[in-house]
Amino acid sequence: MSAQKRFQTVGVVGAGVMGCGLAQSLAASGHDVVLVDLTPEVLEQAGKTIRQNLRYSRLRAPSSAKEPTSAVLERVHFTTDYEALGRAEFVIENVTERWDIKKEVYGHLHRICGPEVIIGVNTSAISITKVSSLIQNPARVIGMHFMNPVPMKPLVELIRGYYTDNGTIEAASTLLAQMGKEGIVVEDMPGFVTNRVLMITVNEAVFVVQDGVAEAKEVDRIFRGCFGHTMGPLETADLIGLDTILDSLVVLYESYNDDKYRPAPLLKKLVAAGLLGRKSGHGFYPYSVDSPSSF
Amino acid sequence: MREHRTTIREFLGQYFHIGGISDSEDIFSLGFVDSMFAMQLVLFLERTFDVQVEDDDLVMDNFKSVDSMTSFLARKESATA
Repeated sequence: MSAQKRFQTVGVVGAGVMGCGLAQSLAASGHDVVLVDLTPEVLEQAGKTIRQNLRYSRLRAPSSAKEPTSAVLERVHFTTDYEALGRAEFVIENVTERWDIKKEVYGHLHRICGPEVIIGVNTSAISITKVSSLIQNPARVIGMHFMNPVPMKPLVELIRGYYTDNGTIEAASTLLAQMGKEGIVVEDMPGFVTNRVLMITVNEAVFVVQDGVAEAKEVDRIFRGCFGHTMGPLETADLIGLDTILDSLVVLYESYNDDKYRPAPLLKKLVAAGLLGRKSGHGFYPYSVDSPSSF
Repeated sequence: MREHRTTIREFLGQYFHIGGISDSEDIFSLGFVDSMFAMQLVLFLERTFDVQVEDDDLVMDNFKSVDSMTSFLARKESATA
């Protein structure tokens, strides 16, 4: 494979918060994007979300918007047909952090994408080595853990699986550079660096609220005021999505078989109640449903 | 135009106490809301007053106060009249 070439067409699988942010970021940096999800309804919502978030980016920094919103959106091809990924030179998968779902998706990628196509796994917890076992030529599989909101975060955690080769790392770095981003290469252990540390912090903050030690807003104020964090752990959890936090903790718990990753009962309860954070309009804090969903 | 002004104040009142804020004050610099709230204002104006906020309209100056939003609506409505 040639790591130096420019990637023009990129497939994005999964049009949730991360998939939308990624598609937006890719399209805004001049790439043609094939965005795949299961239903037309999800894709229609994704189109609205991306448009809103492009407009929000323009509002925040008018000088950074070099093209009309409509021109950027036109570079995103929304489809329910996996076959459309056949023209992608690079595919980034962003589906739910559940092994059964990933397994099905990689069955499609195995069938449709040629063995030279780089496969980025945008996961916060699942083993890249395990994912690479689902597809031919595992050397071209690499973890690409983008941060939310994707368009505003310049750094990406790149995860080297057991079989990932240097050419794949160079290719992923090239694509990130095209997007104006940079990768930090880490090794493949569950949760990598970001989530292994963040999820346990968020979970403990939920326990603190559950135990009545402090209210959510007090916990967040302490992190902002005492540690200089831009956001506290519970605001961060609302931004990421409480269901995603719970899924990530379950993966860490099962991966390490260590009780320190057991999800707080309050977190489970909020997810069961449908209070998922910004995207549902309520988590640890209330939000207007009109908020740009990935911000 | 008074009606627009009242409707906008009512909307803002759902998010913070607007009683002591004049129509000319910049709600963003007062620190009550962040830039993300501006996007909510854009959607609110589009839905409530049936105007289309175009790319060129997406500047904070159009949404920073009740006066600026009222003037913005007046410009949009006169352009389509």
